[in-house]
Amino acid sequence: MALAKDPFNVIIGGVGGQGNVLASQILGHMLVARGYVITIGETYGASQRGGAVMSHLRLSEKDQFSPLIPEGRCDLLVSLEPVEALRILEPYGHPEVMSLINTRPIFPMDVISGTATYPEISKVISKIQALSKKTWSVPATRIALDMGDPIFSNMAMLGALSATNALPVDRQGFEQTIKELLPLHRLSENLKAFDEGNKAVQEL
Amino acid sequence: MSLIAQDAPGKTILLMGNEAIARGALEAGVKVCAAYPGNPSSEIIGSLSSAAGIMDLHVEWSVNEKVAMEVVAAASFAGLRGLCSMKQNGLNVAADFLLNLNLTGTQGGLVVVVADDPGGISSTNEEDSRIFAKIGNLPLLEPATFQEAKDMTRWAFGLSEDLRLPVMVRSVTRVSHARGNVRLDALPRPATRARFDTSRPRLAFPPLPSHKALLQKIDRAKAMAETSPYNLYRGPEKPELLLITSGSGWMYSLEAVINLGVQDRVGLLKLGTTWPLPAALVLKHMKQVERIVFVEEVDPFLENNVKELFAQHCMDVGLKRFYGKASGTVPSAGEITPEIVTSALQKMLNVSYKPRPQDYAAKAHEAAAELVPARSLGFCAGCPHRATYWAVKRALALDGREGFVLGDIGCYSLGMGPSGFSQMKTLHAMGSGAGLAAGFGQFERFGLSQPVLAVCGDSTFYHAAMPALVNARYNGSNFVLLLLDNSATAMTGFQPHPGTGRTATGKEAPVLDLKGICESLGAKVKVADPFDVAGTTEAMLELLEDKEGVKVLILKRECALVRSKRQKKLFQVEVNKERCLGETCGCNRLCTRVFKCPGLYWDRATGKAGIDEAICTGCGVCAEICPASAIRKEVA
Repeated sequence: MALAKDPFNVIIGGVGGQGNVLASQILGHMLVARGYVITIGETYGASQRGGAVMSHLRLSEKDQFSPLIPEGRCDLLVSLEPVEALRILEPYGHPEVMSLINTRPIFPMDVISGTATYPEISKVISKIQALSKKTWSVPATRIALDMGDPIFSNMAMLGALSATNALPVDRQGFEQTIKELLPLHRLSENLKAFDEGNKAVQEL
Repeated sequence: MSLIAQDAPGKTILLMGNEAIARGALEAGVKVCAAYPGNPSSEIIGSLSSAAGIMDLHVEWSVNEKVAMEVVAAASFAGLRGLCSMKQNGLNVAADFLLNLNLTGTQGGLVVVVADDPGGISSTNEEDSRIFAKIGNLPLLEPATFQEAKDMTRWAFGLSEDLRLPVMVRSVTRVSHARGNVRLDALPRPATRARFDTSRPRLAFPPLPSHKALLQKIDRAKAMAETSPYNLYRGPEKPELLLITSGSGWMYSLEAVINLGVQDRVGLLKLGTTWPLPAALVLKHMKQVERIVFVEEVDPFLENNVKELFAQHCMDVGLKRFYGKASGTVPSAGEITPEIVTSALQKMLNVSYKPRPQDYAAKAHEAAAELVPARSLGFCAGCPHRATYWAVKRALALDGREGFVLGDIGCYSLGMGPSGFSQMKTLHAMGSGAGLAAGFGQFERFGLSQPVLAVCGDSTFYHAAMPALVNARYNGSNFVLLLLDNSATAMTGFQPHPGTGRTATGKEAPVLDLKGICESLGAKVKVADPFDVAGTTEAMLELLEDKEGVKVLILKRECALVRSKRQKKLFQVEVNKERCLGETCGCNRLCTRVFKCPGLYWDRATGKAGIDEAICTGCGVCAEICPASAIRKEVA
């Protein structure tokens, strides 16, 4: 698949603990296996402590790019949490960006304690739509909770991503990569989450 | 399974910078690797430990960075290749040994990897460790790409053996904690036999001849730097502007030049050997231009060293204008970003750059300002530290003498903020809470009437708090040390430590019992479970009232993230909507407003508390703090 742009810039965003680092790592391995040159930069410090986190993934057919995407140059946003999408689009979005959103909010400590409020999800989604050329909304956490563990949300989002055709990734590549990177005893659950996420986009 | 130990020369795989460094060490035939965890360096030893079995290596988590360096120096003296890794703070700890090791020299290749954390993303400080290479007259290498992280580490071992000196490899967060394509080379399996040649004792004293020998070695390193393939130039022969960079600055600069379309105006000189500098190479390019700009992370290290070189040779190279941190062209604090490089070049070359339409930027800004709430850092759901600080807050309030908590480095540092109820009042180095307490605890004679508490994690205790406790006991200090035993080095990725009964490679190890160690130092020791809030508070109060000597309260409860890998929730927690009086309860939303566990939320529709099933880890502590007993926990 020829890239729409070179480099093609992807941001995977969310909240520490949602597995966005693992999602970007799996995506990166899938793309390197297809012969692309990948760079991934990650915000790490707050990764397990409820902070806003993101991974920058640069995809190129020929060159290694820096691990930080320049502002205003994100081509595809995968957000594991709704308001995080707006937080990222503010500096990184541009009129051609495509956005894939998990609709389940994670309330910040500031909202829990009452010093800030969390907006209506429908309002968040419509703002994301207004800032994106194309938007897909997926209940990835619901899919994971129905499987019995919210930990599978990120895998459901990768499945959803494969159905958008925004990147050259498919189920076969996913299966091969997680067999190499993850413990095998959760293989079938990870694949199920991927398939359910894929289905959620197909049914939109 | 080990990603970095694949015997597949020529294959290209995706590696984190730290994994690439580890792979480079394997390709150099490293035998001994040691470190204390510290981000952004932790995955170097983490990935080497996964390769230890198949590659027949000794890999260890040492008790601190100085000991790690000593272990690796022993390997070098025995003729083996060794690598130790650390973050910038770790080099401070190891520096005393390093600045004597440079005098005795080394045998087997010895590589010291230091991963700096520009911007202090996961650190208490922002520090440039490169200055240690200059102080210690040690060769310094700075990889700029993932491929270089591997290749330069491998090369560093040979360089170390040529010079008989430790070689420093300086990485930064955006190299260590980023991932990129790396082409693998062959994995050798050298036959090695360790032997310490006692006819060549390694004695730093007397220092004068050792210092002279060291200076001769660094002179030889200068010649090697001139021909290093890791120094490269890209751009026209006579550019308008020369940009000198190293490490993470290279890829930002390369891209900025392309995005601005100024490839034919700017010359990029990327240095891989940054101490000693390749003087002839730098002077050759300096001669061609009048304006020189520096792009590097943290201190103006290249900038100042190039200026020194200029001062020495100004009659040959002519007048120059220098731009960088001293001129304010590039910020002196914080990470370098693509925007910093782009905007510096834009101004210097007078070119315009607009990555997106102005009205889009305004719209995106407006949406974020209206809808996006702040997301402060806090303890994870079910973290024992939240319960600990809750008990501290209660105990100090009940005690009523303005007691305070002295802290140090670990997840529990968040005790300085809202999720630890702002209880922790000092934060410096590893073990410094206990050290400060050893001081404060002796000031009653000068009128200090406040009780003194210190917090310290289990891994930190072995690293640096033990000497402070010895000092406190010896000098008659009076304080309470809260030893937060969560059975892991949690902050950096759950590495094992001397209290966990496991080594870096998963082997069984003796457990160095915290209680036994503290008792042997003459401290009065109590043990409590922080999830038992009432019992913990009571134990704290009792120890606070005891005015004699060093008291230790061990708060034992496994890290919630470690436990969740093995076991589901402890309790099923629910809010009984009948019992929760909501806004009408006198508690004023104690559970969410004050306790603030992310597993709780306040349902604005019903005006009552709720549990978020996707987040709650079932610790059950909120059930203990609810004054209306509306939160119920049942064993899951």
